[in-house]
This record gives sequence, C-alpha cells and structure tokens, in this order.
Amino acid sequence: MPNQPIKFYQTGTFTIGNRLLDENNRSVQATAARYNSLNSGHRACQGCGEALGARYAIDAAMAAADRQLIAANATGCLEVFSTPYPETSWQIPWIHSLFGNAPAVATGIAAGLRSKGRGNVRVVAQGGDGSTTDIGFGCLSGMFERNDDVLYICYDNEGYMNTGVQRSSATPPAVRTATTMPLGAEPGNVFGQGKYLPAIAMAHRIPYVATATVADLHDLEYKVKKAINIRGAKYIHIFVPCPLGWGSASNDTINLAYMVKECGLFPVFEAEHGKVTGVSKIRKPIPVEEYMKPQRRYAHLFGKNPATETIAKIQALANENIQTYGLLEQGAK
Amino acid sequence: MTLKQIEGSHGVAEAVALCRPEVICAYPISPQTHIVENLGEMVKAGELKAEYLNVESEFAAMSVAIGSSAVGARTYTATASQGLLYMAEAVYNASGLGLPIVMTIANRAIGAPINIWNDHSDSMSMRDSGWIQLFAETNQEAMDLHIQAFKLAEELSLPVMVCMDGFILTHAYERLDVPTQEQVDAFLPPFEPRQELNPAHPLSIGAMVGPEAYTEVRYLAHAKQMQALERIPEIAADFKLGFGRDAGGLIRPYRLEGAEIVIIALGSVLGTIKDVIDELHEAGQKIGVLGIISYRPFPLEAICEALKDAKKVIVLEKCFAVGIGGIVATNVRMALASTGQEVLTVVAGLGGRAITMSSLHAMLQEAVAGRLGKLTFMDLQQGVVDRVLEHERNVRRSGPIAESVLRDIGAVASKIS
Amino acid sequence: MFQTRIHGRGGQGVVTAAEMLSIAAFLEGKHAQAFPSFGSERTGAPVVAYCRIDNKEIRLREPIMAPDSIIIQDPTLLNQVDVFQGLKADGYVLINSAKNFEQLGIADIAKKLRPDHQVCVPATEIAMKYLGRPMPNAVLLGAFAGLSGAISLASVAAAIRDKFSGKVAEGNINAATAAFEYAKQQLAALEVA
Repeated sequence: MPNQPIKFYQTGTFTIGNRLLDENNRSVQATAARYNSLNSGHRACQGCGEALGARYAIDAAMAAADRQLIAANATGCLEVFSTPYPETSWQIPWIHSLFGNAPAVATGIAAGLRSKGRGNVRVVAQGGDGSTTDIGFGCLSGMFERNDDVLYICYDNEGYMNTGVQRSSATPPAVRTATTMPLGAEPGNVFGQGKYLPAIAMAHRIPYVATATVADLHDLEYKVKKAINIRGAKYIHIFVPCPLGWGSASNDTINLAYMVKECGLFPVFEAEHGKVTGVSKIRKPIPVEEYMKPQRRYAHLFGKNPATETIAKIQALANENIQTYGLLEQGAK
Repeated sequence: MTLKQIEGSHGVAEAVALCRPEVICAYPISPQTHIVENLGEMVKAGELKAEYLNVESEFAAMSVAIGSSAVGARTYTATASQGLLYMAEAVYNASGLGLPIVMTIANRAIGAPINIWNDHSDSMSMRDSGWIQLFAETNQEAMDLHIQAFKLAEELSLPVMVCMDGFILTHAYERLDVPTQEQVDAFLPPFEPRQELNPAHPLSIGAMVGPEAYTEVRYLAHAKQMQALERIPEIAADFKLGFGRDAGGLIRPYRLEGAEIVIIALGSVLGTIKDVIDELHEAGQKIGVLGIISYRPFPLEAICEALKDAKKVIVLEKCFAVGIGGIVATNVRMALASTGQEVLTVVAGLGGRAITMSSLHAMLQEAVAGRLGKLTFMDLQQGVVDRVLEHERNVRRSGPIAESVLRDIGAVASKIS
Repeated sequence: MFQTRIHGRGGQGVVTAAEMLSIAAFLEGKHAQAFPSFGSERTGAPVVAYCRIDNKEIRLREPIMAPDSIIIQDPTLLNQVDVFQGLKADGYVLINSAKNFEQLGIADIAKKLRPDHQVCVPATEIAMKYLGRPMPNAVLLGAFAGLSGAISLASVAAAIRDKFSGKVAEGNINAATAAFEYAKQQLAALEVA
C-alpha cells in the first residue's frame, strides 16, 4: 500500500502539509538538505510538470542511493531544457546519448559499474512518453527482459512536446495535437486500444512497476526510494501535465495531475513481479469533464455543441480503470 | 606467443580477451557471430572477467557500449552489414561523444537484395561517422589490429572499427600467433578515461551544442583523426617492438619499386593480388601493390608519396557509391589531386563474388594495354544486365529487380565458384 | 601448394573436415588455410569447404578452382553438383561410398585419373560401426591420409583430438584408422592386379 496513512488532503503533499508529519516522514523536497539534482535556472516552461517530476524523482533517488547515482537521459524536453551548455542544471553525473536508447545506455552504465566493482552506484534512465512508449520501446523492453539493474522513469505528458506537440502512442483519445487536429468525423486523436506501458512493464514480470503523479509528492518519493533499493529492472511512470502542449494554465499543473487520478483516467498503483500490490484510492470521485475542461486540447469536445458521445467514451475508459484497479474505497459511490 | 591453427573469429576473440575488456555487448549477425560467441564462452567459463550482455538489437549493443564506456569501462562489440546500419545513429553518437569503444566489423554486403557474403559496403557506409577505420589483410593482422585499436582509441578518446572480411577471414582457419597476456599488458595500459560518469565528480555529458560551438566540436573530431594519422604508425612501430611482427600502420606498399602501374586495395584481397603481382614480376611486368590499412583517417600524404613513381593507379574496391562510382578511388584521387596521375576504379567482389587470380590477371593486362576504363565492374555479366534493362523497357510491370536477375542466371547450386 | 576441395551436405561436417585437415597440416609444421563456401546452408543442402596446404604463408583467398584432391562425402551429389570441376589431371578423388566408380556411374572420370589416385571408402558404414553415428567427415580424412599421403594418419588423429574429445574423439580416430587401412588395402590390391 502506497504511503497514504493520513487522510488530510494536504498531509505530506505540499510543503505546508509536512508540518503535520514528524521529521522522518517529511518529503525529501521539504528538507533543507534536498539535493536539487535538477537545479534552478533551467529553461523549462512555466508550470512544467516534467521539470517538477524530474526534480522530485531524482532528489528522492539521490536520497535513497546516498548520492551514488548516475542518470541517462533520452532526447526530449527534459534533456534540452536542462543542459543549455555551458550551463547544466544537473548536479549528478548525467549523460544524454540519443532519443531511443536511454534504457540501453543505462544498462551499459550499470554493466560498466559492475565490472569496476562499483555496484553500489545506482542507475536511473529517464525520458518522456515519446522516447519511452515509441522510439525507445525496444531498448526498454530489452532492459526489462534482462532485468538490468536500472530504474527507468517515464515522465508522461502524453505527446511529443519538444518537437511541437505531436501525437505519441501515449496520447489519449480525442486529444488535439499538431498531428491529430480536431477536424473531420473523428476530431483529435483516434480511439485506439491504447498502449499502456505500466501494464507492458508488468508483463515483463520485473521486480517493480509503479505509477505516480506530480500531485502526490509523498507517494512519488516513496515509490522512487523503494525502486532504488530494489536490484533489477524497475519502471515508474509519472504523470506530468504540460501547460504548453495541453493548453492549460501553468498554475493548473498540480491540479490537473490531481484530477487525472481522481477521475480514474490515470490509475496510481504499484506492482511487484507483475502483480498489483497497492492502489491509491480515489478520494473524491469527479467526472472526466472536470479534468478535461481546463485543457484546450479537449476544447473541441465542449462549447456550444458538446461531443457528449465522445466524452461518454472517455468516461467509460475511466470507469474501466476504476473497475480494473479497484480505485474506489469500498462503500464509496 | 603460441602458434595455433584456429578460425579467424576465434583468434580475434582471443586477442580481444587479452585486452581485458570490461564490458562486451553481443547481438548476433553473420558473419560476426563467432567472435562474440567465443568471447561469451570465455566469460561463462570464467577465463575472462567481463560483463557480457546479450542485447536485443545492434542499436542497443552500441548504446550499451556508450553507457559502459562513459563510466570508464573498456568496451567491445562486433557487428556487420545490416547490424551496422541498424546501429548507425549510435555509431555517430559514440564518436561524437568521444568514447573509445572498439568494434569489429566482419565486412558484409548490405541489402536489398539481402546478401550475407563479403564486401565493404557496410564499413564504407560509416566512413564519415567519425570512427577510425582499420582494415585487416589477414587474420593475424585482424588480431593484432584489435590490440592496437584499444591503445589508439583510448589514447585519443575516439572509437575504432577494425574491419575484417566476413567469411573470407572470419571463417578461415589459419595459423595464428597468439600473444601472451604479459605481452599485451606491457603494450596496452589500463584504460584511463578522459571523461567519466562518477558520483564523486558529477558532470553532464551529451549537452546540446548550438551554432556557436558546433563547428569547433566537429573540428576537434577532425583534429583527433589527424592526430591518429601520427599515432597509427607509431603504435604499429611499438607493436613490432613488443610482438616482433609488422601489423597495422597507415599503408602497406608491396613491390612498388619501378612499378608504373600500382593497384590499391583494402583487406584480404591484397593476398590474392600479391600472388598475381608475383607471377607478373616473374614474367617481367612490374606492377606494384598498395594496401590501405587506415581508411579513416585517410592517409592522403602517405599515399601520394607511395605512389610518386606510378603512372597509373588502379583502385580495386569491394564497394561503390551508386551514381558516381568508386569510394576509395575518390579518396585516392584526392590524394593525387595535384599530380595528375590517372586513377581507375575497379569494383570487384560485391556480395561475395570471388575475386580470382585469373580475373585479376585479365584486368591488369587490360590496364597494361591501356584499355581499362575509368570505372570497371570486374566479372560483370553484362548480358544479364542488358536483358533485364531490355525487359524493363518493354514491360511496365517488370517485377522485382533481384528476382529478374536470378531468373536469368538460373540455379547456382551446381556451380563451384 | 596442395589444394583440397570437400563436397558434402549440410550436417555432414564438411566445414569441420576442412578445418581438421588444416589442423593436421599445421601439426606437421605446414601452413594451411581452411574455409567454407560461405553459404547460409541448411541441413541437407550441398556444401563445399576448402583446404590449402603449403610450406610457406598462404595469401591466396580465391575459392579452390583447380584442386589437387577432391573429397566427396555424399555420392548423391555426383548427379547434382559438378564436383570434379577443375580437378588437376594427376589429382586425387576420394568418395564416400560402398560402391566403386563404375557402379557410381563415373567410370569416365575414373579413367582420366591415375588408378592409384582414386578410391571409394564406405565411410558412413565405418562411422556407424565405430561411432554409432553416420558422420563420415573425420573418417574420410583417415582414408585421405592413406590415399594421398598429404598428411599422416597420426596428424589426422591429433586434429580429431583438437576438435573433439572423449568418446567421440576416440570413436572417430578408430574409424579414421580403419578407413586409412581400407584405403591402403584398396591401393595395394591395385598393385597386385
């Protein structure tokens, strides 16, 4: 069961909420000694969910690894905005090689470290949903299958934002992107069968798979720390809103990440060796519209003639998640 | 040293093992596979202490190599043909990052049409990737070049491809002189990386470089290859001191004295050419041979100097650039740009077609008689080509090209060569 | 330079035969080069392998077009492949068969060759007897030593030990020795006749 013992909404999630916890249980971000692995001054957009997610995750990994950490980064927003040389935001040893090979580079780092008797150094690979679910998918699956000692973190903002907001295989149905315009009989992205990477990762029976959002800091840190302390392949899929790509307000990033979980579109859970071992329950169920409406990428579904059928289909997807992962507390409506 | 009668791939695996690699990535593709199989066996048997990874593609193989090299581990992989193309993006990346990976290319043709046999199209496709490319003439040299390659790569912090002819060398059993561990250790110091991912000294590798610095970074890659031009002969000389035999260097002249015609080639075909040239010398025809070992960096000056007495230069190459002609020949012409010497291209041995002494004799007699053209495809079956072209002129839906040619030539199982 | 071409089918150890022949020559202090016909051949397909033996370094890399000797591991190839292509006039022919050249329908070829340079040896049968498996490759090398004298039986045995170990090695060596003696007897019978 993920870290969710106290039921005050803000407990442990935001800085203020930390006051309700004793010091040992406070988030890494809330400590004065936090690492700032991804330091301030980078070039991410205002309200970037990925920048937030990466700092949370890598700082937590640093805490768990006692600073013995190396990261491999796929090409993408995170890579570009963090290293406008001669400046770099990374306070950890960090390498960027290509768009599609971060898992393999991380495998090589882990192997090289092992060969040098430095297996204590932990290895993280990270990338966006494009590099994870599309171009780097082969390397990722290979890394999983070999159970290489790497934690792979996917920052999922549901599209190719670095290249100008194109569709990826993680882009949800009906969403407007530069390559799925709201035109024609089926506006926006198609309703496909989806490509849900956490489930694919679980199918590899790797020791640990988890999902998280930038709205629940404690849960995210808990999962990263747990993963770092496991030997073998680990996968964490973090939901990170993208104000630019989604047409959302930059001050809505946390809110959207919160609502996506509450509406059921993004199940937050963890799994070990292919089996779900913990689920973050929905606290206050909301309809999908509430999550979708603040995002211009869904704007074509609303307005004067709302696409009620399409919205219903999206709601059905959320309902299916709620069923599949048991997201509601027993007795809740 | 120990003399052994072993397969070329086995010899290369032994040479690589003697270099104490720390990480080896393997993905199978003929004709490279025996090398990594042998290394895998050594690791499994505990004779070689290294991390051995069976990866899921050549792209992953080079990517793993990038990661392990970046933490300062001596890293080796091998591939060929389609595999090299599949890893192409990472090949450029490894050199761009300046990581001293050593990779064997068991030279093989590129499809379509799919062809598993030897030519140089694969390595040549990566000639501008920033890797150093060394071509072995024999299996002994292939072994020796690997030992030199690690030294060269790590000194310059640049990756090196050792190219050896697929099947012709990789699958040939020959007498090989396997050095001792002491000899190799004395020659090849431990890897001292120029850059290393290490939590004790965090640094970022692989940043984006804009127009303000890209030219300089690329120029430095060129400057390093120019340094290699100096170091390759020195390393070959050191090698001779330690191992007692010639191997490597930039070029290898053979019977150039008084030769008005010189034939240039890369790789194992040099042996056959030398046998032909010896026969011609006995018959009073002085034709010389110039082997190119270092194709990248390309030794413009050394080649120009070696060819100074030649009137006519024939470049025999196992590859060609569709739409223009010779690849090596174009480079040789650059070496001779100011001399006006005639450079002729002979494309031979594509997709494993045997380069025979008789064909070489016939080609050289054409050259002596002044009848050899600027671009010749040795042993080309002109009739077959003409018939296919004719068919295409007459029939719009003429069908797949390779199959047309195969239909025309007929079953080849009954042929020996 | 002494050049041998070995014909057989995928699975009969044709390539290994050429390699063992080269090892035998190497053990006698000679230079040798063995290589296959480089096909992606499957079990049962015609396969060719080559071996050159010389007293100096071998630089030549072309396939063997004019062999000094030919070993045919599978007589069914006689109707399928021009196995005798380029064979030198005084060359050797060794065929794995319990039949003779006439019975195999190649009396015309036999006539062109020196009688003491040709022999049929039932290598598969010998292999079955000593190995329990129809692997004629090493067996034929024993017969080849008997026929050509290009290598000694002792070197063939050492080469077999290099490639195989234990029971398989011993079985092959016994079979090769039997084939060596069989070939010698056939040749001795010629002299008597």
